[in-house]
Amino acid sequence: MFDISPTEWTAILLSLRVAIIATLVATPFGIGLAWLLARRDFWGKSILDALIHLPLVLPPVVTGYLLLLTFGRRGLVGAWLADHLGIVFAFRWTGAALACGVMSFPLLVRPIRLSIEAIDRRLEQAAGTLGAAPWQVFATVTLPLALPGVLAGMVLGFAKAIGEFGATITFVSNIPGETQTISSAIYSLIQTPDGDTAAARLVVTSIVIAMGALIASEWFARRATKRLHGN
Amino acid sequence: MLRVDVTKKLGEFSIEASFASEGRVTGLFGASGAGKTSLINMIAGLLKPDRGIISIDGETLDDVAARVHVPPHRRRIGYVFQDARLFPHLDVRQNLDYGRRMNKLADDPAQRARVTDLLDIGGLMDRRPGKLSGGERQRVALGRALLSKPRLLLLDEPLGSLDESRKVEILPYLVRLRDEAHVPMVYVSHDAAEMRQLATQIVMVRNGRVSAFGGVKVLSGGSPT
Repeated sequence: MFDISPTEWTAILLSLRVAIIATLVATPFGIGLAWLLARRDFWGKSILDALIHLPLVLPPVVTGYLLLLTFGRRGLVGAWLADHLGIVFAFRWTGAALACGVMSFPLLVRPIRLSIEAIDRRLEQAAGTLGAAPWQVFATVTLPLALPGVLAGMVLGFAKAIGEFGATITFVSNIPGETQTISSAIYSLIQTPDGDTAAARLVVTSIVIAMGALIASEWFARRATKRLHGN
Repeated sequence: MLRVDVTKKLGEFSIEASFASEGRVTGLFGASGAGKTSLINMIAGLLKPDRGIISIDGETLDDVAARVHVPPHRRRIGYVFQDARLFPHLDVRQNLDYGRRMNKLADDPAQRARVTDLLDIGGLMDRRPGKLSGGERQRVALGRALLSKPRLLLLDEPLGSLDESRKVEILPYLVRLRDEAHVPMVYVSHDAAEMRQLATQIVMVRNGRVSAFGGVKVLSGGSPT
């Protein structure tokens, strides 16, 4: 039963690549937005907050369709990116990464925002009186103290990205070797008469990856907390 | 020479204070809630005055009419807070080195040795703030502020969070600091005894207004404690 076929491997590796790239690219944006939401007051803050959380509450198929309209070959942004930068999302694994990044973004941002909100602002003031410019305060005080939250957000985002299905399949379809992730491979397999054992293998694989991510996140969080408060 | 002439409204409370001081240690003396901390927060640049001017040695730090507000990190004014505010993720050595690194100052082992000796913190270098006693924390905070080479040092009730025996432990260090560190200080306290020991000039603050100014003898005029 645990003889994983090349097609299944392709789907597993693609899923990992899509989820890792989605998480790594989304994290800097996530940190920036989390900081804005935690530390700044500006007009439209609640609208921005709602926008970030939208993929969490919208039907995934709607998010996928909106991505298709925006980032597809004829979409407003997609056409421009293709013409000027040569970046194409439609029906490519990069599109899968974009869909996963968007869908997991709210889960990535939330722990980071909470951990930034929990940082004593008076420490940041103290850093200022010692000569640290605002960006230095961020780099040397805020970010290191928010690290457990950043790691938690990254792991949550990664776990969400690796399981994403609806938006991805709507946006970039289900092309083996290009956009067929574990989820869409399982979907295809259970629609095929003899696909049950193959589907079961992928199901087990996704459980293993999810468990691994959760254990890793717990380990990271504990280490980070120890580094911050212990000796 | 430190010149302060500011007004600031904070809810129902308002500060209207004007003084100039040349003393080595200017004591801002007044009861809790008199506006002392708000005043030195304005000197540090953490709080913007509504109106007025703050200058140090002829350099304008705040001039509301001319829209001048030098941000805290460009003022070169050290600040020792009542609650130390050491960085919990850095050990004592890194805390002490923080100001030097942020200001891109050259390493100055002689000054570091002088400050660590003065404050007796040489044995704490590898510890995290979480493992220090209240008095040790306050001494490290003093050292951290001094090592950023400020031109003025603000001390906001640095003994306020310590119990009596700890206060007695820290006071001699503050006296040594005054006599040996050659950095002018503004010392905030509501404790007349501390003021007598440390301050060379007194600015008495009551309800956000300067009620008396002069040598240590103005303390006898009535103590808010």
